[in-house]
Amino acid sequence: MKIKVIVTLKKSVLDPQGTVVQQALNGMGFNNVNDVRQGKFFEININEKDQKKAEEKVDEMCKKLLANLVIEDYKIIGSQ
Amino acid sequence: MNSSVITFPGSNCDRDMDVALKKFGFKNKMVWHNDIELPKSDLVVLPGGFSYGDYLRCGAMASKSKIMQSVINFAKSGGFLMGICNGFQILTETKLLPGILLRNKHAEFICKNVFVKINNTENNYFKNIKKKTLELHIAHNEGNYFCSNEQMKEIEDHNQIALLYSDENGEINQNCNPNGATKNIAGIFNKKKNILGMMPHPERMIDSALSGEDGSIFFKNLVNNLK
Repeated sequence: MKIKVIVTLKKSVLDPQGTVVQQALNGMGFNNVNDVRQGKFFEININEKDQKKAEEKVDEMCKKLLANLVIEDYKIIGSQ
Repeated sequence: MNSSVITFPGSNCDRDMDVALKKFGFKNKMVWHNDIELPKSDLVVLPGGFSYGDYLRCGAMASKSKIMQSVINFAKSGGFLMGICNGFQILTETKLLPGILLRNKHAEFICKNVFVKINNTENNYFKNIKKKTLELHIAHNEGNYFCSNEQMKEIEDHNQIALLYSDENGEINQNCNPNGATKNIAGIFNKKKNILGMMPHPERMIDSALSGEDGSIFFKNLVNNLK
């Protein structure tokens, strides 16, 4: 199965990278961009046919490595 | 006194740390991240650098290295474990220390000397240091200390703040906060004070040919306290 995960900074956490990207976009003439938040996207190919089991494993991976729950949230956004 | 410095792929302050430890009387061994056993040590150091190219999050991959299980066991049984810069980031990723180091507030790499106030001297790292502040070097992109409100309450309740960015006289204010760190935090301990993580590099300030010698004060004191 292929599981797709996004990891995003929690709303309360400052995102200097996102701010710099927003400033660059404004500088390029995209004046209506008010805010940018940068995150991470993972596509995990796992040798498991059962969707529920595969998602449970990926959930464990997120908690143990892919996300740091002090500052980040994660979400499985697709399985196929 | 026996010490060990762990080298991860991408560590680049490991040899500076080796020089510093030996200069002040430690018998130091370099340990490769893929080793499983830790040599007999009174002190283990996770050095600065860019372990695993800072992939995923700074320190995240190194925290899962083979040697880390021995390092974690060593620290949990009361061994003295110190993480400098990237080493501090690794310690937060192993959860041996609370919180995390975020990207610097102004999105710039900072490389300069700073003053840090010693906030707690009731531990083997800073006990008997007479100076109130030390001038040390920082060089990092992710040194902005952050933790949850619950973690901060625990840190303060257990007096875990080790170092604070300050001016030369020990005054704490935003003008001397280089990276946006919560409460100007430059270094913290675990509850038992045997684990120390800090962003400044004492190993860069141990020779008059370098830009200062306050690192010498730290290492001389440390070797005496651990005897």
